[in-house]
Amino acid sequence: MQAQQSHKHAGKQAKSRPKTAVAFLVLGLVLLVIATALSILYGSSNINLRTVWEGLTQFDPSSTAHQIIHRLRIPRALAAALIGASLAVSGAVMQGMTRNPLASPSIMGVTAGAAFLMTLGYAFMPAASSLVIMLLAFFGAGLGAGLVFMIGALSKRGLTPVKLALAGSAVTALLSSVSSGLALRFNVAKDISFWYAGGVAGVQWVHIQLLLPVVVIGLVLSIAVSKSVTVMSLGEDIATGLGQRTNIVRLLGTLVVLLLTGAAVSVGGSIGFVGLVIPHIVRFIVGPDYRLIIPCSAVAGGLLLVLADIAARMVNPPFETPVGAVTAIIGVPFFLYLARREGREL
Amino acid sequence: MLHTGRKVVFVSVITAIAIAIVFIISLNLGTIRISPAEVLQVITGSGSDQNRTVLIHFRLPRMVIALLIGAGIAISGAILQSVSRNPLADPGILGINAGAGLSVVLYIFYFQGGALGSGWLSIYMMPFAALLGAFAAALLIYTVAWKDGVTPVRLILSGIGVNAGFGAFIIVFQLMMDPNDFMKATIWLSGSIWGTSWPYVGAVLPWIVLLIPWVLYKSRYLNAMQLGDQAAAGLGIRVERERRVLLFIAVALAGACVSVGGGITFLGLIAPHLARKLVGPRHQSYLPVSALLGALLLLGADMIGKMLMANAEVPVGLVVACLGAPYFIYLLIKD
Repeated sequence: MQAQQSHKHAGKQAKSRPKTAVAFLVLGLVLLVIATALSILYGSSNINLRTVWEGLTQFDPSSTAHQIIHRLRIPRALAAALIGASLAVSGAVMQGMTRNPLASPSIMGVTAGAAFLMTLGYAFMPAASSLVIMLLAFFGAGLGAGLVFMIGALSKRGLTPVKLALAGSAVTALLSSVSSGLALRFNVAKDISFWYAGGVAGVQWVHIQLLLPVVVIGLVLSIAVSKSVTVMSLGEDIATGLGQRTNIVRLLGTLVVLLLTGAAVSVGGSIGFVGLVIPHIVRFIVGPDYRLIIPCSAVAGGLLLVLADIAARMVNPPFETPVGAVTAIIGVPFFLYLARREGREL
Repeated sequence: MLHTGRKVVFVSVITAIAIAIVFIISLNLGTIRISPAEVLQVITGSGSDQNRTVLIHFRLPRMVIALLIGAGIAISGAILQSVSRNPLADPGILGINAGAGLSVVLYIFYFQGGALGSGWLSIYMMPFAALLGAFAAALLIYTVAWKDGVTPVRLILSGIGVNAGFGAFIIVFQLMMDPNDFMKATIWLSGSIWGTSWPYVGAVLPWIVLLIPWVLYKSRYLNAMQLGDQAAAGLGIRVERERRVLLFIAVALAGACVSVGGGITFLGLIAPHLARKLVGPRHQSYLPVSALLGALLLLGADMIGKMLMANAEVPVGLVVACLGAPYFIYLLIKD
């Protein structure tokens, strides 16, 4: 069954298209810069382009507009780009390693795990700094994903796409109901829902300082293992046959996923579907080689989330719509499309 | 045959006794503790006014609602599992609850406080709002999953997707509410018996009382359909028509229950499973037992919630999920 599937997988695969990928990368980066600029320009207080430029080149601390640009808009735009890139890349690595088209951070119990440990932190360590809380979210993300994988490892026929989705929902339901109960009991529901729906609206430079190194390490590592992920995506048997040390690759891949989703979720809260949608679209455009898919996913994911964040501000001004809702509205139809397509083969 | 029959009676009686015990314990629990002796006094008519008000106007309707919707959700889950031949089906997992939830949130958002929201009429209207949403969700899931028939896998994946989509819309509307309504909606969406007065009992009772016997009457169709579509057709059943009728009942039950009980997930999954374990797969036997077990589980979950936190309202759906999710995971691993 598995061999048959991997054969089919390999047979279906188109050639990789390095030139298209380079074009994609360049175009994507240009668009990302434009989108980031728009994100800095657009907001509830109107600031014109010249002021923004002055705010960047000759920062004047006494100017409110410059302060808004510096303290709010720039970190926000940067965080959106970093988080989008992290989610997309970790989704790509998951899909490649598990050969599971539905694998993505949003359905792996990652957010619920992060929320769970954060709730524990808020409830039992009221004095905890935001760094501690962020670290808790980080480990919580790992806890959620770890539980889902454990269910997969324990079940007899392995983690089929459907089972992964179901295990993800079960772990999410379990962890989030325990944390809701705790949050109500210890009166920290507000803190949690603020983070949960917060998106990137409240991001400060301190978050960026924590986010940036982790994301950079994660991205470099993901590109380093991308070749092996490509081999893994052909199937376990083929990978072993080609002399791949699958366990090491799987370990490194898991590390990438944990670093990137942990960082993204701890700052951005619940942002679903970026990690699901982007790798599929990118794979469709640049072909099956993960050396191309991973960098392109990073750029496209960053672009998507920056745009989604702009949309989140435009839907119902001056109120913020959770960016997770925006990505869900894009992602759900895509998920349904995959469900319809995959349902046949699973 | 006789053997199963006796087993059904035995299990039913035990469950009924358990329900009675939980019921009596629940009467005493809450912000105001009322001892069994005082409960007895109220029953015989000599209790204090305060105790009588608390018991008759707050606790009793809430417990009756727990029993009713526990049974309703269990039957809804049982039908979904049988009709889709998928042991993991549940109105919550399939996104039907989310559809009903969105519709009720919209109803609260646009109508409550308006002309409709002023009186009992709005309470009776709420199940209809929930029903509308539930049917919209079910239709959407069915349409997405349909492609020369509906496979269980596609059905469940579409359900998960639709669930996420409705969830996103719910958040958008919730955030447009004022903080008070926001909190109310949050608690309600986690599954909470919020309508703790007799009119809510009146609003949900007709649905349960009419639909559950109808399902029981259809038991033999369900038995046949579990053998597969062809076998059922061979037995002279118009499969597609019966399937639609049964799905209609399942969705209607889920919608009615969501309207007063919020998004309670996993109950519709566990109760039928336990019932099948206890009395076997014949629908005549296990449907009534599922209903009883569902009622017991929900009342018990409500009791546990009240025990854990006397002052805060713990949404009962959270307790159910804490019990149900591990069971669901166990089923996943075993399957």
